[in-house]
Amino acid sequence: MTTTKTPSTAKPPTAPWRTSISERWNNLSRFQQWVILIPVVVLIFALPWLNPPILTTEPGYDFSIAMFDVARYCLIAIGLNVVVGQAGLLDLGYVGFFAIGAYVAALFTSPDSTLWKIPYLAAVPLAMAITMVFGIILGSPTLRLRGDYLAIVTLGFGEMVRLFADNVDALRGNRGFSNIGAPPGTRENGEPLFVNFDGKPWYVLCVAVIIIVLILAGNLERSRVGRAWVAIRDDEDAAELMGVPTFKFKIWAFVIGAAIGGLSGALYAGQQGFMNNQKFDVLTSVLFLAAVILGGSGNKVGVLLGAFVVAYVPLRFLSIAEWKFMIFGVALTILMIFRPQGLLGARQRLLAYGRQAYQRLVGRGEMVSSDTAMSAEKGGLMNGGSGAPK
Amino acid sequence: MTEKNKNEPAPGGIVAEVAQMTEVELREHEAEVADVVATDREFAVGQGETLLEMDNVTMRFGGLVALDGVSFDIKRGEILGLIGPNGAGKTTCFNAMTGVYRPTSGQVLLEGKPLGKTTKHKITRKGIARTFQNIRLFDEMTALENVVVGTDARHKTSVVGALLRLPRHFAEEKAAVEKAMALLEFVGIADRAGDKAKNLPYGYQRRLEIARALATEPKLLCLDEPAAGFNPAEKDELMELIRKIRDDGFTVLLIEHDMRLVMGVTDRIVVLEFGKKIAEGTPEEIRNDKAVIAAYLGVPDDDVA
Repeated sequence: MTTTKTPSTAKPPTAPWRTSISERWNNLSRFQQWVILIPVVVLIFALPWLNPPILTTEPGYDFSIAMFDVARYCLIAIGLNVVVGQAGLLDLGYVGFFAIGAYVAALFTSPDSTLWKIPYLAAVPLAMAITMVFGIILGSPTLRLRGDYLAIVTLGFGEMVRLFADNVDALRGNRGFSNIGAPPGTRENGEPLFVNFDGKPWYVLCVAVIIIVLILAGNLERSRVGRAWVAIRDDEDAAELMGVPTFKFKIWAFVIGAAIGGLSGALYAGQQGFMNNQKFDVLTSVLFLAAVILGGSGNKVGVLLGAFVVAYVPLRFLSIAEWKFMIFGVALTILMIFRPQGLLGARQRLLAYGRQAYQRLVGRGEMVSSDTAMSAEKGGLMNGGSGAPK
Repeated sequence: MTEKNKNEPAPGGIVAEVAQMTEVELREHEAEVADVVATDREFAVGQGETLLEMDNVTMRFGGLVALDGVSFDIKRGEILGLIGPNGAGKTTCFNAMTGVYRPTSGQVLLEGKPLGKTTKHKITRKGIARTFQNIRLFDEMTALENVVVGTDARHKTSVVGALLRLPRHFAEEKAAVEKAMALLEFVGIADRAGDKAKNLPYGYQRRLEIARALATEPKLLCLDEPAAGFNPAEKDELMELIRKIRDDGFTVLLIEHDMRLVMGVTDRIVVLEFGKKIAEGTPEEIRNDKAVIAAYLGVPDDDVA
């Protein structure tokens, strides 16, 4: 009985109400979860039309465009979460992928570019493909580095992309590209559906993309890929010795993160209609990262919440927007002291059949709020656990 | 739910059923579990032939010679003990086998083929799995997930396959969970399958490491001081588990300081001191070996020369 090690005590106690919500949610069947989810999704889609009084950002800022900005940040946060949250690779240059996606969309659709033109909807997958290639180019030499070293290299990558945009003539520096393409479609009055002064169609498109990306990211999470990422994050050497090809899966994390970053960049370029070199500084990268850390690194719902806060608050309270970096800085500091796992720090599920397995084995779901599990230590049932007296 | 409820097996689970089983049912159930654990019984075939060979392995770190021309074999189906005083080179030996270090000279052969420059994860897939002296689990994963990561070593689903949930993904996931559940039962920690690894009691964590290593379907299982920090009763249980693993068709290499455990469970023992092999033989021979006694107890002055 003397050998029981006390598990690490670094974790602060979890608020009981939150625990019970996530636990209650997990105990619902898939069907029940959908019954709750579908109205929520419909409500989210309808937000720009509802324009709810307290939530609205008007008259200071057009609400539909504000909502598109929020959605764009959500998409970026999901992509960055794959790299930072799931695989544990600190990427400070994520804005670089975002910029590449935006520039590819601009280069292939704007009349200002000398390249041949393709429809916007073809430029989006092309933007993703090209950012993926850049993910490999950045990843293959640098992913042998770890922790701080990797962070520094990625920081440099982000700056390199920005400096390229500044200095390469074909990228038109400050003059930028105007009349960037948009998806097809016309309104009843014959005007195009996707215009830069109305955020509603862009918002709907972006939310639809987010849902698809969330489903695909969830698929990865509950597979050997997601498990490999979390294993690498927890203990890279042990993962390698347990047969996880760590380098390969780190590259994949980078590539998938890059693709999502490129996708959001292309959407952003399309909505703006104009793109120059002014929007891709390091601070933007840090803001993206803040969204992930604030919400709960590794948790999809958490990073969505974090992205919402980071994107929405400066638009809703325009008077404090200038102070946003200071406010987020203070907020993050306080959060890291009292709740280092982020606002929603729930752990992710890594098994496709986990639910059934835990039910069959121990007759209940897994321990989401793990802190409760370490109380009363019990002897083993099979052939005696550690604490079992003979 | 009260704390007490949380730790009691809820009705409907296998753990609760096992607790109700009669002796006969229990034995049948254990046999079933053991069957799932060692899917590939071929491992047991060819018992006694050489599985792994350390061929004159030398490991040098700068001026320090951690291993000095060490040679020994591990035969299929045996439990080989690797002992020696602190700093004798036991863990270095492990690291040379599992690809953490590359031997300065000499080579490690698995089933007659030199490992050479094989990377660590490929060595695991070739059939050498290990546990760690200081427990190294994936803390944020549940016990079950930890074991499934081990089974992933044999999986072939691609990233695209997982992304689009192709049929192979489902088949492999299902098989992996089945196998992981059986492994948790096999090592005796199924009742805490859903707990995060870092929240498990110490003894459970040690067993979980063994389950995770077994999940990679190793031909050779290397245990690095699995009984460290155990009390005598727990050591007895561990001995039983190691025997059970061998009987299930695995070959085991065991580093351990506890002499009672080593003498009680191994078939053969190799003794290292200062990076050199000083003795090899059955526990009985080792116990009476002069060099070993000298290494462990020191030699009286008048015996030198």
